[in-house]
Amino acid sequence: MTPTAPSYHSNADLGGQDVRDTVRPEPEGELFHADWEPRVLALTLAMGATRLWNIDASRSARETLPDYRELSYYQIWLAGLSKLLLRTGAAQADEIAQGRMLHPAVPISRVLHAGDVAAVLARGAPTVRQPSHPARFALGSRVRTLSAPAPHHTRLPGYARGKRGVIERVHGAHVFADTHAQGLGEQPQWLYTVAFDEAELWGVGWPRQGSTVSVDAWEPYLEPA
Amino acid sequence: MPGTDHDHHPSHGHSHEHGHAHEHEPSTLSAMELRVRALETVLAQKGYIDPAALDVLIDTYQTKIGPRNGARVIARAWCDGEFRRRLLDDATAAIASLGFSGRQGEHLVAVENTPDVHNLVVCTLCSCYPWPILGLPPTWYKSAPYRARVIKDPRGVLEDFGVSLPETVRIRIWDSTAEVRYLVVPQRPAGSLHLSERELADLVTRDSMIGTGLPRNPGSPPTPRRAP
Repeated sequence: MTPTAPSYHSNADLGGQDVRDTVRPEPEGELFHADWEPRVLALTLAMGATRLWNIDASRSARETLPDYRELSYYQIWLAGLSKLLLRTGAAQADEIAQGRMLHPAVPISRVLHAGDVAAVLARGAPTVRQPSHPARFALGSRVRTLSAPAPHHTRLPGYARGKRGVIERVHGAHVFADTHAQGLGEQPQWLYTVAFDEAELWGVGWPRQGSTVSVDAWEPYLEPA
Repeated sequence: MPGTDHDHHPSHGHSHEHGHAHEHEPSTLSAMELRVRALETVLAQKGYIDPAALDVLIDTYQTKIGPRNGARVIARAWCDGEFRRRLLDDATAAIASLGFSGRQGEHLVAVENTPDVHNLVVCTLCSCYPWPILGLPPTWYKSAPYRARVIKDPRGVLEDFGVSLPETVRIRIWDSTAEVRYLVVPQRPAGSLHLSERELADLVTRDSMIGTGLPRNPGSPPTPRRAP
Protein backbone atom coordinates (compact mmCIF):
# COMPACT_ATOMS: atom_id res chain seq x y z
CA MET A 1 0.00 0.00 0.00
CA THR A 2 3.03 2.32 0.04
CA PRO A 3 2.79 4.89 -2.75
CA THR A 4 6.27 4.06 -4.04
CA ALA A 5 5.49 0.35 -4.56
CA PRO A 6 2.64 0.01 -7.02
CA SER A 7 1.32 -3.52 -6.75
CA TYR A 8 -0.71 -5.65 -9.07
CA HIS A 9 -3.01 -8.23 -7.64
CA SER A 10 -5.17 -10.68 -9.56
CA ASN A 11 -8.28 -11.81 -7.72
CA ALA A 12 -8.88 -14.47 -10.37
CA ASP A 13 -5.89 -16.73 -9.72
CA LEU A 14 -7.95 -19.46 -8.06
CA GLY A 15 -6.03 -22.67 -8.79
CA GLY A 16 -5.34 -24.64 -5.61
CA GLN A 17 -7.05 -22.08 -3.35
CA ASP A 18 -8.90 -23.36 -0.30
CA VAL A 19 -12.41 -23.50 -1.74
CA ARG A 20 -14.48 -26.38 -0.47
CA ASP A 21 -17.86 -25.95 -2.13
CA THR A 22 -18.97 -28.73 -4.40
CA VAL A 23 -19.08 -28.16 -8.15
CA ARG A 24 -22.66 -28.03 -9.36
CA PRO A 25 -23.13 -29.71 -12.75
CA GLU A 26 -25.48 -28.05 -15.18
CA PRO A 27 -27.48 -29.41 -18.12
CA GLU A 28 -26.14 -28.82 -21.58
CA GLY A 29 -27.82 -25.78 -23.12
CA GLU A 30 -28.37 -23.96 -19.85
CA LEU A 31 -26.29 -20.98 -20.90
CA PHE A 32 -27.76 -17.99 -19.11
CA HIS A 33 -29.50 -17.40 -15.80
CA ALA A 34 -30.93 -13.92 -16.38
CA ASP A 35 -32.10 -11.97 -19.42
CA TRP A 36 -29.34 -9.40 -19.11
CA GLU A 37 -26.53 -11.98 -19.25
CA PRO A 38 -26.63 -12.60 -23.03
CA ARG A 39 -26.67 -8.82 -23.59
CA VAL A 40 -23.49 -8.46 -21.51
CA LEU A 41 -21.87 -11.27 -23.47
CA ALA A 42 -22.78 -9.63 -26.77
CA LEU A 43 -21.79 -6.11 -25.63
CA THR A 44 -18.41 -7.42 -24.52
CA LEU A 45 -17.79 -9.19 -27.82
CA ALA A 46 -19.00 -6.23 -29.89
CA MET A 47 -16.87 -3.75 -27.95
CA GLY A 48 -13.88 -6.10 -28.27
CA ALA A 49 -14.32 -5.83 -32.04
CA THR A 50 -13.76 -2.06 -31.92
CA ARG A 51 -10.12 -2.73 -30.95
CA LEU A 52 -10.21 -0.06 -28.26
CA TRP A 53 -8.48 -2.72 -26.13
CA ASN A 54 -7.24 -6.27 -26.64
CA ILE A 55 -8.32 -9.50 -24.98
CA ASP A 56 -5.38 -9.51 -22.57
CA ALA A 57 -6.21 -5.99 -21.39
CA SER A 58 -9.80 -7.10 -20.84
CA ARG A 59 -8.69 -10.12 -18.79
CA SER A 60 -6.50 -7.79 -16.76
CA ALA A 61 -9.40 -5.39 -16.18
CA ARG A 62 -11.58 -8.23 -14.91
CA GLU A 63 -9.07 -10.00 -12.70
CA THR A 64 -8.20 -6.78 -10.85
CA LEU A 65 -11.80 -6.00 -9.90
CA PRO A 66 -11.70 -5.73 -6.09
CA ASP A 67 -15.04 -7.53 -5.77
CA TYR A 68 -14.19 -10.25 -8.33
CA ARG A 69 -14.92 -13.07 -5.88
CA GLU A 70 -18.31 -11.63 -4.93
CA LEU A 71 -19.61 -11.23 -8.49
CA SER A 72 -21.22 -13.74 -10.83
CA TYR A 73 -19.34 -14.28 -14.07
CA TYR A 74 -21.42 -11.99 -16.26
CA GLN A 75 -21.36 -9.37 -13.51
CA ILE A 76 -17.57 -9.59 -13.78
CA TRP A 77 -17.81 -9.10 -17.52
CA LEU A 78 -20.09 -6.09 -17.11
CA ALA A 79 -17.85 -4.50 -14.49
CA GLY A 80 -14.77 -5.22 -16.64
CA LEU A 81 -16.41 -3.64 -19.67
CA SER A 82 -17.42 -0.52 -17.73
CA LYS A 83 -13.88 -0.22 -16.37
CA LEU A 84 -12.36 -0.42 -19.87
CA LEU A 85 -14.82 2.14 -21.24
CA LEU A 86 -13.89 4.57 -18.48
CA ARG A 87 -10.16 3.91 -18.83
CA THR A 88 -10.16 4.51 -22.58
CA GLY A 89 -12.52 7.47 -22.33
CA ALA A 90 -14.91 5.71 -24.71
CA ALA A 91 -17.69 6.40 -22.21
CA GLN A 92 -17.75 8.43 -19.04
CA ALA A 93 -19.30 7.72 -15.69
CA ASP A 94 -22.17 10.15 -16.12
CA GLU A 95 -23.09 8.54 -19.44
CA ILE A 96 -23.03 5.04 -17.99
CA ALA A 97 -25.14 6.19 -15.04
CA GLN A 98 -27.70 8.09 -17.12
CA GLY A 99 -27.82 5.74 -20.09
CA ARG A 100 -27.31 8.40 -22.74
CA MET A 101 -24.52 9.99 -24.71
CA LEU A 102 -23.26 13.20 -23.09
CA HIS A 103 -19.74 13.47 -24.57
CA PRO A 104 -18.30 13.01 -28.05
CA ALA A 105 -17.38 9.50 -29.14
CA VAL A 106 -13.73 8.47 -29.38
CA PRO A 107 -12.47 7.22 -32.75
CA ILE A 108 -12.65 3.45 -33.22
CA SER A 109 -11.18 1.28 -35.95
CA ARG A 110 -14.15 -1.02 -36.54
CA VAL A 111 -17.84 -1.48 -35.78
CA LEU A 112 -19.07 -5.06 -35.78
CA HIS A 113 -22.14 -5.11 -38.02
CA ALA A 114 -24.78 -7.81 -37.92
CA GLY A 115 -23.88 -9.06 -41.36
CA ASP A 116 -20.24 -9.55 -40.43
CA VAL A 117 -20.69 -11.48 -37.20
CA ALA A 118 -20.41 -14.98 -38.66
CA ALA A 119 -17.26 -14.16 -40.61
CA VAL A 120 -15.60 -12.31 -37.75
CA LEU A 121 -16.27 -15.14 -35.29
CA ALA A 122 -15.08 -17.77 -37.79
CA ARG A 123 -11.84 -15.87 -38.35
CA GLY A 124 -11.11 -15.27 -34.69
CA ALA A 125 -7.82 -13.67 -33.68
CA PRO A 126 -4.96 -16.16 -34.01
CA THR A 127 -2.04 -15.37 -31.70
CA VAL A 128 0.70 -17.41 -33.37
CA ARG A 129 3.54 -15.27 -34.81
CA GLN A 130 6.91 -15.65 -36.50
CA PRO A 131 9.50 -16.38 -33.81
CA SER A 132 12.39 -13.93 -33.58
CA HIS A 133 14.82 -16.54 -32.26
CA PRO A 134 15.03 -20.33 -31.97
CA ALA A 135 13.17 -22.01 -29.11
CA ARG A 136 15.25 -22.17 -25.95
CA PHE A 137 13.68 -25.43 -24.78
CA ALA A 138 12.80 -28.69 -26.50
CA LEU A 139 10.40 -31.52 -25.77
CA GLY A 140 11.51 -33.23 -22.58
CA SER A 141 13.57 -30.25 -21.34
CA ARG A 142 13.50 -29.82 -17.57
CA VAL A 143 12.54 -26.31 -16.55
CA ARG A 144 11.78 -24.27 -13.48
CA THR A 145 9.12 -21.58 -13.46
CA LEU A 146 9.69 -18.08 -12.12
CA SER A 147 8.95 -17.77 -8.45
CA ALA A 148 8.54 -14.01 -7.98
CA PRO A 149 5.03 -12.67 -8.55
CA ALA A 150 4.74 -10.37 -11.57
CA PRO A 151 3.84 -6.71 -10.92
CA HIS A 152 1.44 -6.78 -13.91
CA HIS A 153 -1.00 -9.05 -15.73
CA THR A 154 0.56 -12.46 -16.25
CA ARG A 155 -0.64 -15.96 -17.09
CA LEU A 156 1.61 -18.02 -14.84
CA PRO A 157 -0.73 -19.12 -12.03
CA GLY A 158 0.43 -18.82 -8.44
CA TYR A 159 0.29 -22.56 -7.83
CA ALA A 160 2.77 -23.14 -10.66
CA ARG A 161 5.37 -20.57 -9.55
CA GLY A 162 8.83 -21.74 -8.57
CA LYS A 163 8.05 -25.32 -9.66
CA ARG A 164 10.03 -27.84 -11.66
CA GLY A 165 8.36 -29.32 -14.71
CA VAL A 166 8.98 -30.88 -18.10
CA ILE A 167 8.30 -29.42 -21.54
CA GLU A 168 5.58 -31.56 -23.08
CA ARG A 169 4.52 -29.54 -26.10
CA VAL A 170 5.98 -26.68 -28.10
CA HIS A 171 3.30 -24.41 -29.59
CA GLY A 172 5.38 -21.94 -31.60
CA ALA A 173 5.69 -18.23 -30.81
CA HIS A 174 2.54 -16.50 -29.56
CA VAL A 175 1.54 -12.96 -28.62
CA PHE A 176 2.91 -12.47 -25.10
CA ALA A 177 -0.05 -11.80 -22.80
CA ASP A 178 2.07 -9.96 -20.22
CA THR A 179 3.18 -7.17 -22.56
CA HIS A 180 0.05 -7.17 -24.69
CA ALA A 181 -2.15 -6.53 -21.64
CA GLN A 182 -0.02 -3.55 -20.63
CA GLY A 183 -0.14 -1.90 -24.04
CA LEU A 184 3.52 -2.76 -24.65
CA GLY A 185 2.89 -4.66 -27.86
CA GLU A 186 2.72 -8.29 -28.90
CA GLN A 187 6.40 -9.16 -28.28
CA PRO A 188 5.83 -12.79 -29.41
CA GLN A 189 7.46 -15.48 -27.26
CA TRP A 190 7.74 -19.23 -27.54
CA LEU A 191 4.89 -20.98 -25.81
CA TYR A 192 5.21 -24.39 -24.18
CA THR A 193 3.04 -26.86 -22.30
CA VAL A 194 4.88 -27.57 -19.06
CA ALA A 195 3.77 -30.59 -17.03
CA PHE A 196 4.22 -30.89 -13.27
CA ASP A 197 4.03 -33.89 -11.01
CA GLU A 198 1.41 -33.54 -8.30
CA ALA A 199 3.98 -33.90 -5.51
CA GLU A 200 5.96 -30.97 -6.95
CA LEU A 201 2.84 -28.79 -6.87
CA TRP A 202 1.19 -29.83 -3.63
CA GLY A 203 4.02 -31.32 -1.59
CA VAL A 204 4.60 -34.89 -0.54
CA GLY A 205 2.05 -34.54 2.28
CA TRP A 206 -0.87 -34.11 -0.11
CA PRO A 207 -2.57 -37.47 -0.83
CA ARG A 208 -1.49 -38.62 -4.28
CA GLN A 209 -4.26 -39.01 -6.83
CA GLY A 210 -2.18 -40.19 -9.78
CA SER A 211 -2.42 -36.81 -11.49
CA THR A 212 -0.29 -34.52 -13.62
CA VAL A 213 -1.13 -30.86 -14.19
CA SER A 214 0.16 -28.71 -17.03
CA VAL A 215 0.09 -25.01 -17.78
CA ASP A 216 0.87 -23.23 -21.02
CA ALA A 217 3.86 -21.04 -20.28
CA TRP A 218 5.66 -18.45 -22.39
CA GLU A 219 9.46 -18.73 -22.51
CA PRO A 220 10.12 -15.74 -20.21
CA TYR A 221 8.33 -17.66 -17.43
CA LEU A 222 10.91 -20.46 -17.61
CA GLU A 223 14.52 -21.15 -16.84
CA PRO A 224 16.50 -24.38 -17.22
CA ALA A 225 16.22 -26.66 -14.18
CA MET B 1 -17.94 1.57 -8.85
CA PRO B 2 -19.53 -1.18 -10.90
CA GLY B 3 -20.90 -4.04 -8.89
CA THR B 4 -21.42 -2.25 -5.60
CA ASP B 5 -25.15 -2.72 -5.86
CA HIS B 6 -24.66 -6.48 -5.56
CA ASP B 7 -23.41 -6.50 -2.03
CA HIS B 8 -26.71 -7.84 -0.79
CA HIS B 9 -25.77 -11.53 -1.04
CA PRO B 10 -27.42 -12.61 2.18
CA SER B 11 -25.15 -15.38 3.41
CA HIS B 12 -21.98 -14.95 1.53
CA GLY B 13 -19.44 -15.73 4.21
CA HIS B 14 -16.64 -17.71 2.68
CA SER B 15 -18.82 -19.56 0.26
CA HIS B 16 -17.75 -18.82 -3.29
CA GLU B 17 -20.60 -20.29 -5.23
CA HIS B 18 -21.54 -17.67 -7.77
CA GLY B 19 -23.26 -17.35 -11.05
CA HIS B 20 -26.69 -18.50 -9.99
CA ALA B 21 -28.63 -15.37 -10.72
CA HIS B 22 -31.93 -17.20 -10.29
CA GLU B 23 -31.23 -17.10 -6.57
CA HIS B 24 -31.25 -13.30 -6.61
CA GLU B 25 -34.26 -11.23 -5.73
CA PRO B 26 -36.34 -10.03 -8.68
CA SER B 27 -35.56 -6.40 -7.83
CA THR B 28 -31.86 -7.06 -8.39
CA LEU B 29 -32.59 -8.67 -11.70
CA SER B 30 -34.45 -5.65 -12.96
CA ALA B 31 -31.74 -3.33 -11.61
CA MET B 32 -29.19 -5.30 -13.61
CA GLU B 33 -31.48 -5.31 -16.62
CA LEU B 34 -31.76 -1.52 -16.47
CA ARG B 35 -28.04 -1.07 -16.01
CA VAL B 36 -27.21 -3.22 -19.02
CA ARG B 37 -29.83 -1.50 -21.18
CA ALA B 38 -28.44 1.89 -20.17
CA LEU B 39 -24.94 0.84 -21.18
CA GLU B 40 -26.16 -0.58 -24.47
CA THR B 41 -27.96 2.68 -25.25
CA VAL B 42 -24.85 4.77 -24.61
CA LEU B 43 -22.65 2.53 -26.74
CA ALA B 44 -25.16 2.53 -29.60
CA GLN B 45 -25.61 6.32 -29.45
CA LYS B 46 -21.85 6.75 -29.62
CA GLY B 47 -21.71 4.56 -32.70
CA TYR B 48 -19.53 1.84 -31.21
CA ILE B 49 -21.99 -0.98 -31.62
CA ASP B 50 -24.68 -2.13 -34.01
CA PRO B 51 -27.55 -3.36 -31.80
CA ALA B 52 -28.58 -5.81 -34.52
CA ALA B 53 -25.13 -7.40 -34.22
CA LEU B 54 -25.81 -8.10 -30.56
CA ASP B 55 -28.89 -10.12 -31.50
CA VAL B 56 -26.91 -12.07 -34.06
CA LEU B 57 -24.12 -12.77 -31.54
CA ILE B 58 -26.60 -14.07 -28.97
CA ASP B 59 -28.48 -16.18 -31.49
CA THR B 60 -25.20 -17.62 -32.76
CA TYR B 61 -24.18 -18.93 -29.35
CA GLN B 62 -27.70 -20.07 -28.50
CA THR B 63 -28.46 -21.94 -31.70
CA LYS B 64 -25.40 -22.41 -33.91
CA ILE B 65 -22.17 -22.72 -31.93
CA GLY B 66 -22.37 -25.24 -29.12
CA PRO B 67 -21.25 -28.68 -27.94
CA ARG B 68 -23.05 -30.48 -30.75
CA ASN B 69 -20.23 -29.19 -32.97
CA GLY B 70 -17.67 -30.91 -30.77
CA ALA B 71 -19.79 -34.06 -30.66
CA ARG B 72 -19.57 -34.25 -34.45
CA VAL B 73 -15.79 -33.98 -34.22
CA ILE B 74 -15.60 -36.79 -31.68
CA ALA B 75 -18.00 -39.06 -33.58
CA ARG B 76 -15.93 -38.57 -36.73
CA ALA B 77 -12.76 -39.46 -34.84
CA TRP B 78 -14.40 -42.62 -33.50
CA CYS B 79 -15.44 -43.70 -37.01
CA ASP B 80 -12.51 -42.58 -39.10
CA GLY B 81 -9.00 -43.58 -38.04
CA GLU B 82 -7.36 -41.20 -40.49
CA PHE B 83 -9.38 -38.26 -39.13
CA ARG B 84 -8.52 -39.31 -35.56
CA ARG B 85 -4.80 -39.21 -36.41
CA ARG B 86 -5.15 -35.77 -37.99
CA LEU B 87 -7.17 -34.56 -34.99
CA LEU B 88 -4.48 -35.64 -32.52
CA ASP B 89 -1.71 -34.28 -34.76
CA ASP B 90 -3.23 -30.87 -35.67
CA ALA B 91 -6.64 -30.36 -34.12
CA THR B 92 -7.07 -26.83 -35.49
CA ALA B 93 -6.78 -28.04 -39.09
CA ALA B 94 -8.76 -31.25 -38.59
CA ILE B 95 -11.62 -29.40 -36.89
CA ALA B 96 -11.58 -26.63 -39.51
CA SER B 97 -12.08 -29.34 -42.14
CA LEU B 98 -15.48 -29.98 -40.52
CA GLY B 99 -16.29 -26.26 -40.69
CA PHE B 100 -15.56 -25.20 -37.10
CA SER B 101 -13.01 -22.48 -36.43
CA GLY B 102 -12.43 -19.06 -34.97
CA ARG B 103 -12.94 -17.06 -31.84
CA GLN B 104 -11.57 -18.77 -28.72
CA GLY B 105 -10.60 -21.79 -30.79
CA GLU B 106 -7.84 -20.36 -32.95
CA HIS B 107 -5.32 -22.90 -31.61
CA LEU B 108 -6.86 -26.24 -30.71
CA VAL B 109 -5.29 -29.34 -29.19
CA ALA B 110 -7.15 -32.65 -28.87
CA VAL B 111 -6.14 -34.94 -26.01
CA GLU B 112 -7.31 -38.53 -26.10
CA ASN B 113 -8.53 -40.61 -23.19
CA THR B 114 -7.24 -44.19 -23.05
CA PRO B 115 -7.77 -47.05 -20.62
CA ASP B 116 -4.77 -45.64 -18.69
CA VAL B 117 -5.18 -41.85 -18.93
CA HIS B 118 -8.15 -39.56 -18.34
CA ASN B 119 -7.87 -35.93 -19.44
CA LEU B 120 -9.50 -32.93 -17.73
CA VAL B 121 -9.54 -29.32 -18.90
CA VAL B 122 -9.72 -26.18 -16.75
CA CYS B 123 -8.86 -22.50 -16.87
CA THR B 124 -7.83 -21.59 -13.34
CA LEU B 125 -7.18 -17.94 -14.27
CA CYS B 126 -10.46 -17.10 -16.01
CA SER B 127 -12.75 -19.14 -18.24
CA CYS B 128 -10.81 -20.08 -21.39
CA TYR B 129 -12.78 -22.68 -23.31
CA PRO B 130 -12.93 -23.93 -26.94
CA TRP B 131 -15.92 -21.90 -28.12
CA PRO B 132 -16.17 -23.02 -31.79
CA ILE B 133 -16.67 -26.64 -30.74
CA LEU B 134 -18.22 -26.41 -27.25
CA GLY B 135 -19.92 -23.01 -27.29
CA LEU B 136 -20.06 -20.93 -24.14
CA PRO B 137 -18.67 -22.43 -20.95
CA PRO B 138 -21.14 -23.71 -18.37
CA THR B 139 -21.43 -21.78 -15.11
CA TRP B 140 -19.61 -24.43 -13.10
CA TYR B 141 -16.60 -24.25 -15.43
CA LYS B 142 -16.24 -20.54 -14.57
CA SER B 143 -16.94 -21.03 -10.86
CA ALA B 144 -14.45 -20.80 -8.01
CA PRO B 145 -15.00 -24.38 -6.78
CA TYR B 146 -14.10 -25.96 -10.13
CA ARG B 147 -11.17 -23.66 -10.86
CA ALA B 148 -9.74 -23.94 -7.35
CA ARG B 149 -10.25 -27.64 -6.76
CA VAL B 150 -9.88 -29.58 -10.00
CA ILE B 151 -6.11 -29.25 -10.27
CA LYS B 152 -5.52 -30.35 -6.68
CA ASP B 153 -8.38 -32.77 -6.03
CA PRO B 154 -9.47 -34.02 -9.47
CA ARG B 155 -11.01 -37.21 -8.13
CA GLY B 156 -13.08 -35.24 -5.63
CA VAL B 157 -14.37 -32.96 -8.41
CA LEU B 158 -15.15 -35.94 -10.62
CA GLU B 159 -17.22 -37.32 -7.74
CA ASP B 160 -19.30 -34.12 -7.87
CA PHE B 161 -20.15 -35.17 -11.43
CA GLY B 162 -20.88 -38.75 -10.41
CA VAL B 163 -17.74 -40.01 -12.11
CA SER B 164 -15.45 -42.48 -10.39
CA LEU B 165 -12.33 -43.71 -12.17
CA PRO B 166 -10.19 -46.71 -11.20
CA GLU B 167 -7.14 -45.76 -9.13
CA THR B 168 -4.92 -47.16 -11.87
CA VAL B 169 -6.10 -44.47 -14.32
CA ARG B 170 -3.78 -41.47 -14.39
CA ILE B 171 -5.46 -38.07 -14.50
CA ARG B 172 -3.97 -35.49 -16.82
CA ILE B 173 -5.19 -31.93 -16.20
CA TRP B 174 -4.68 -29.19 -18.77
CA ASP B 175 -4.83 -25.64 -17.39
CA SER B 176 -5.58 -23.38 -20.38
CA THR B 177 -3.37 -20.46 -19.38
CA ALA B 178 -2.61 -19.12 -22.89
CA GLU B 179 -4.54 -19.11 -26.20
CA VAL B 180 -4.38 -22.87 -26.76
CA ARG B 181 -7.76 -24.53 -26.21
CA TYR B 182 -8.15 -28.19 -25.32
CA LEU B 183 -10.71 -30.77 -26.44
CA VAL B 184 -10.91 -34.13 -24.67
CA VAL B 185 -11.50 -37.09 -26.98
CA PRO B 186 -13.41 -39.54 -24.79
CA GLN B 187 -13.20 -43.29 -25.22
CA ARG B 188 -15.79 -44.76 -27.53
CA PRO B 189 -18.40 -46.56 -25.41
CA ALA B 190 -18.53 -50.34 -25.49
CA GLY B 191 -21.35 -51.77 -27.55
CA SER B 192 -21.42 -48.86 -30.00
CA LEU B 193 -19.87 -50.60 -33.01
CA HIS B 194 -23.20 -50.86 -34.84
CA LEU B 195 -24.03 -47.17 -34.51
CA SER B 196 -23.83 -44.58 -37.27
CA GLU B 197 -21.67 -41.48 -36.93
CA ARG B 198 -24.78 -39.43 -36.20
CA GLU B 199 -25.94 -41.86 -33.51
CA LEU B 200 -22.45 -41.81 -32.00
CA ALA B 201 -22.52 -38.00 -31.81
CA ASP B 202 -25.64 -38.29 -29.65
CA LEU B 203 -23.62 -40.25 -27.09
CA VAL B 204 -21.02 -37.49 -26.77
CA THR B 205 -21.89 -35.17 -23.89
CA ARG B 206 -20.44 -31.72 -23.38
CA ASP B 207 -18.92 -32.77 -20.08
CA SER B 208 -17.21 -35.77 -21.71
CA MET B 209 -15.34 -33.32 -23.96
CA ILE B 210 -14.16 -31.33 -20.91
CA GLY B 211 -13.30 -34.48 -18.99
CA THR B 212 -15.81 -34.09 -16.14
CA GLY B 213 -18.08 -36.70 -17.69
CA LEU B 214 -18.08 -39.84 -19.79
CA PRO B 215 -20.02 -40.45 -22.99
CA ARG B 216 -23.43 -42.02 -22.63
CA ASN B 217 -23.74 -45.73 -23.24
CA PRO B 218 -25.81 -46.90 -26.22
CA GLY B 219 -29.43 -47.22 -25.14
CA SER B 220 -29.18 -44.83 -22.20
CA PRO B 221 -31.53 -41.83 -22.09
CA PRO B 222 -30.51 -38.71 -24.03
CA THR B 223 -28.61 -35.89 -22.40
CA PRO B 224 -30.97 -33.40 -20.78
CA ARG B 225 -30.52 -30.16 -22.68
CA ARG B 226 -32.49 -27.99 -20.25
CA ALA B 227 -32.98 -27.82 -16.54
CA PRO B 228 -36.04 -29.85 -15.51
